[in-house]
Amino acid sequence: MNTAWALIILPAVTGLCSLFIDSERLRKNLLVVVAFLHLYMSLQLCNGSAGELDGVWLGVDHLTRIFLTLTSLLFTGSAVYSMIYLDKHPHADGADLAGWQFLRNRNAIFVACMQLFLAAMSLAILSMHFGLQWIGIEATTLASTPLIYYHRNRRSLEAAWKYMIICSVGIALALMGVFFLAKTTTQHVQLFTPAGLVLFAGYLKLGWLKVAFIFFLVGYGTKMGLAPMHTWLPDAHSEAPSPVSAMLSGALLNCAFLGILRIYQVCVAIPATAAFASELLIIAGLVSMGFSGIFIMHQPDYKRMLAYSSVEHMGILATGIGLGGSAIAGALLHAICHSLIKAPMFLLAGNILSAFNTKKVEEVSGLLKSMPFTGMLWLAGFLAITGTPPFGTFISEFAILKAALQTRSWTTAGLYLLFLLIVFIGMLTIVMQMTLGRRPDDHADEHHHHNPAAKDHEQKHEKHHKHDAASAVSGSVIDEDLLQIMTPVIFLSLALILGFYLPEYVRQAINGGALLLGGAIL
Amino acid sequence: MNSIATLLALSCIFLLGSSRLLMSIRMVAFQGLLLGILPLAAAGDGHLSLALIFLSLASIALKSILLPWLLNKAMVDSGTRREIEPFISFGASMLLGLFLLAVSGWIVDKLQATEPVPSPVTLIAGFYLVFSGLLLLITRRKALTQTLGFLVLENGVFTAGLSLGSEFSVMVELGILLDVFVGIFLMGIMLFHIDREFDHLDADRFNELSDLEIAASPDEEVAE
Amino acid sequence: MISIHSVVFFILTLLLAPILPGVINKVKAFFGGKMGPPVLQLYYDIAKLMRKSATYSQTSSLVTRLAPVVIFFSTLGAGLFVPSFFREASCRFAGDVVLMAYLLGIGRFFMVIAAMDRGSAFEGMGASREVLYSALAEPAFFCGLLVLINETGDLSLSGIFNGLSLELWRQNPAIMLLIAVSWMIVLLTENARIPVDDPNTHLELTMIHEVMILDYSSKDLGLIEYASALKLWLFSSLLVGLIISAGAVPPYLHIPVFLFGILAVAVVIGCVESTIARLRLIHIPKFIVGSGALAIIALILKIAGN
Repeated sequence: MNTAWALIILPAVTGLCSLFIDSERLRKNLLVVVAFLHLYMSLQLCNGSAGELDGVWLGVDHLTRIFLTLTSLLFTGSAVYSMIYLDKHPHADGADLAGWQFLRNRNAIFVACMQLFLAAMSLAILSMHFGLQWIGIEATTLASTPLIYYHRNRRSLEAAWKYMIICSVGIALALMGVFFLAKTTTQHVQLFTPAGLVLFAGYLKLGWLKVAFIFFLVGYGTKMGLAPMHTWLPDAHSEAPSPVSAMLSGALLNCAFLGILRIYQVCVAIPATAAFASELLIIAGLVSMGFSGIFIMHQPDYKRMLAYSSVEHMGILATGIGLGGSAIAGALLHAICHSLIKAPMFLLAGNILSAFNTKKVEEVSGLLKSMPFTGMLWLAGFLAITGTPPFGTFISEFAILKAALQTRSWTTAGLYLLFLLIVFIGMLTIVMQMTLGRRPDDHADEHHHHNPAAKDHEQKHEKHHKHDAASAVSGSVIDEDLLQIMTPVIFLSLALILGFYLPEYVRQAINGGALLLGGAIL
Repeated sequence: MNSIATLLALSCIFLLGSSRLLMSIRMVAFQGLLLGILPLAAAGDGHLSLALIFLSLASIALKSILLPWLLNKAMVDSGTRREIEPFISFGASMLLGLFLLAVSGWIVDKLQATEPVPSPVTLIAGFYLVFSGLLLLITRRKALTQTLGFLVLENGVFTAGLSLGSEFSVMVELGILLDVFVGIFLMGIMLFHIDREFDHLDADRFNELSDLEIAASPDEEVAE
Repeated sequence: MISIHSVVFFILTLLLAPILPGVINKVKAFFGGKMGPPVLQLYYDIAKLMRKSATYSQTSSLVTRLAPVVIFFSTLGAGLFVPSFFREASCRFAGDVVLMAYLLGIGRFFMVIAAMDRGSAFEGMGASREVLYSALAEPAFFCGLLVLINETGDLSLSGIFNGLSLELWRQNPAIMLLIAVSWMIVLLTENARIPVDDPNTHLELTMIHEVMILDYSSKDLGLIEYASALKLWLFSSLLVGLIISAGAVPPYLHIPVFLFGILAVAVVIGCVESTIARLRLIHIPKFIVGSGALAIIALILKIAGN
């Protein structure tokens, strides 16, 4: 019990404290320490060695195990990566408590909000009470908005504003869903948890439950990035600093997904609503996959490409859950694999961005030659995210397809395959252009010729930027920091391992989660 | 309770037709006040608890004093006085508002067919506030009005919740209130930043990010 | 169906109608600190106009000549269904509310096409505004009627207004108040009063009703002026019927109370015209749609309350 609360309170408190910490070094170290502490405690909690929870407010079930571990793991990776990231973006002014200067120090805010973000996500995942869960998910929006606005320029401001407005509206609608859900039962709020409502499944009022599910799907679906409510996602993901994008895509979307899973858990307990909810989820999922397929084609910005890929994968998750049966276990596995792959992809995108200083696909080429490690990993990540065989995504996507074929939903299966193919082709053209091709130095001259501002541009930059940009242009192999590469390597290997071998711990959690959602074991 | 719901709906119609930001902010503050009284009216004389009164007061303080003050400050600082040329003219958005009012009535009627609704008029008002909030968000150009639209939507959600009589414990209610408050507060801070960066509050001129092309203005560094 | 009784009251209505504009003008003159024209001024005007012979523009067609007669008789026809003096109207049948509204509509239609017939740019503008505003006002009027129909269970105007009682005001004050305010706005709109239209304006650009009858003279103008006064009377009597419910007044007081009510409406209009400025044209649709909103809210309250 105490561990669960500690998981939420610890990062919240340290997050607030780091606003007031003067030393940049101390702040960064605190971030990493908290990350590892959080990871350790969540593993403890998920192993069941931390004692049982009463489950009225917070609880641990198999779904929690999956998503909490995943979130904590990704956060640790992002925190380590942030160390380097913050080194590259120093903030000159120290914290000055008297003049409220610390509120202008973007690095202090970054570190603080990262930890608050972690606290909010932990709350969203651990809470069983629907009202508390809503508070957690709304808090994730609030904590992550300053992170998106890290760069303090117009583009990030625009992205942050869109993110804030669209997600807040979505989550407000989800709150309406929570109110409707409370109406389904005459029992008092003591049992306002998925397990509690399932207990009274026979007595629930179906009309209200259906209305509540629609509001949950639209509300949390906005946050999860289901089309057509996904419009904030590409902007926010492409403008946020890379470690934040990794968290947004790998962890935050999962939190919102869990919000939908919680009410789905109640819906499947009753046959009438189960069919209704499944149908809506499949439609939402396929629409999202279709949307991302359209926008990923000829996407000029590689971070946006990754963002649309996230929309696609959220669509796959929704479709998988909607199909039921063994597809649910597949979808849960897919959620794990997606997070483990998408987060390193965003970190790698950060490496590319800091080296080439552009987000345009057309200005990046020859990655394999200029940044061998990043280039290799980028290619591997592409193969992984599109579900190519050795990776875990293949297993999960195949499980979902199998379920679609088994239930004879031919249209779903057909569209599912078609959209997967479109996304594969779309990403293939982009990634190939970036990794292969000539080195940047081969056309450095014409680059200068076409863009006379480039020279001034470089001069304006700070020292490190100048160094990176210069090395990119001169064609030498760009330095790649060990920490920059380590996190992606670890995550991608985990995703690779999941393709061959499912550890007993993961298998149990996935099967347990699938049973909660009315599915079959893997 | 019905008369409060009526006033809420009327204030919405006014908001949809008003071009003066100051009046709109005041109208939203008025809505916050009504919303604060609503739970007291819903509870009736016999069931007034201390927690309920505290929640009401907190809600009134936040929604009808603090947030309007913040928005008012943002408005004065940015020098914006009125909403100019929304995407749909004010008369048309009022007409659309009437249509939405009818739609809200229809939805609640449908709901009533399946499950009994304790207070249909208030629920209609709740739905209507949500719809008008969305309408304001979609059709207005100024970021400030969009914030107001979000507040109206949020008010609608609370009205609907009250009409359903779904109460949680005080802690959860406070948490929800806190979240909403911090949300609007952040929006308010961002309004200042938008005004400083863009020299205007026109959200429709946010066009740096789009899928069609990356608008990389020459003076803008691509930061990373 | 038609009793002598109701015919007498109908004739009384026709006789008294032109007094309303006179009362309004008196009130406005009082606010302006002036003597103002006599209350019976419109009678003198009509009498004078009826003696004169008409002139027509060469570009006008038969429509221009026909319109005043149609306007006059359609308004007269509508008057047959409107109950006055808390009594039955001359004619009644289930659904006559629609006939009454559309008889007035025919009058408006002829007014508009006659305005367009003469090909003046100003008159066309007035016509377009007239059509827009009355189209906006119509839903408000009918929503209010729907509530009353729902309340009394009768589909004829006479049945509705005789079915009203003070009990309604006691039970649902909000609903009745909303309808009353909404109908007041409809009345101001339909009869081209401030703040929608200014009957005394001198600038064609801002006129609505007046600009459409600029080209009329003599008998035609007399008929139209009379029809306008009658229309004002009809709407006022509906409003009086709504506010002072028929059931609340003992039969021997019907005539004095009704006359008092209708004069009160005229005085209120006069006060409104003296204190409020005319709205800018772009704000008028909002004003009228607002009345529709009131009526729809009343309707929702009524339906949800059942």
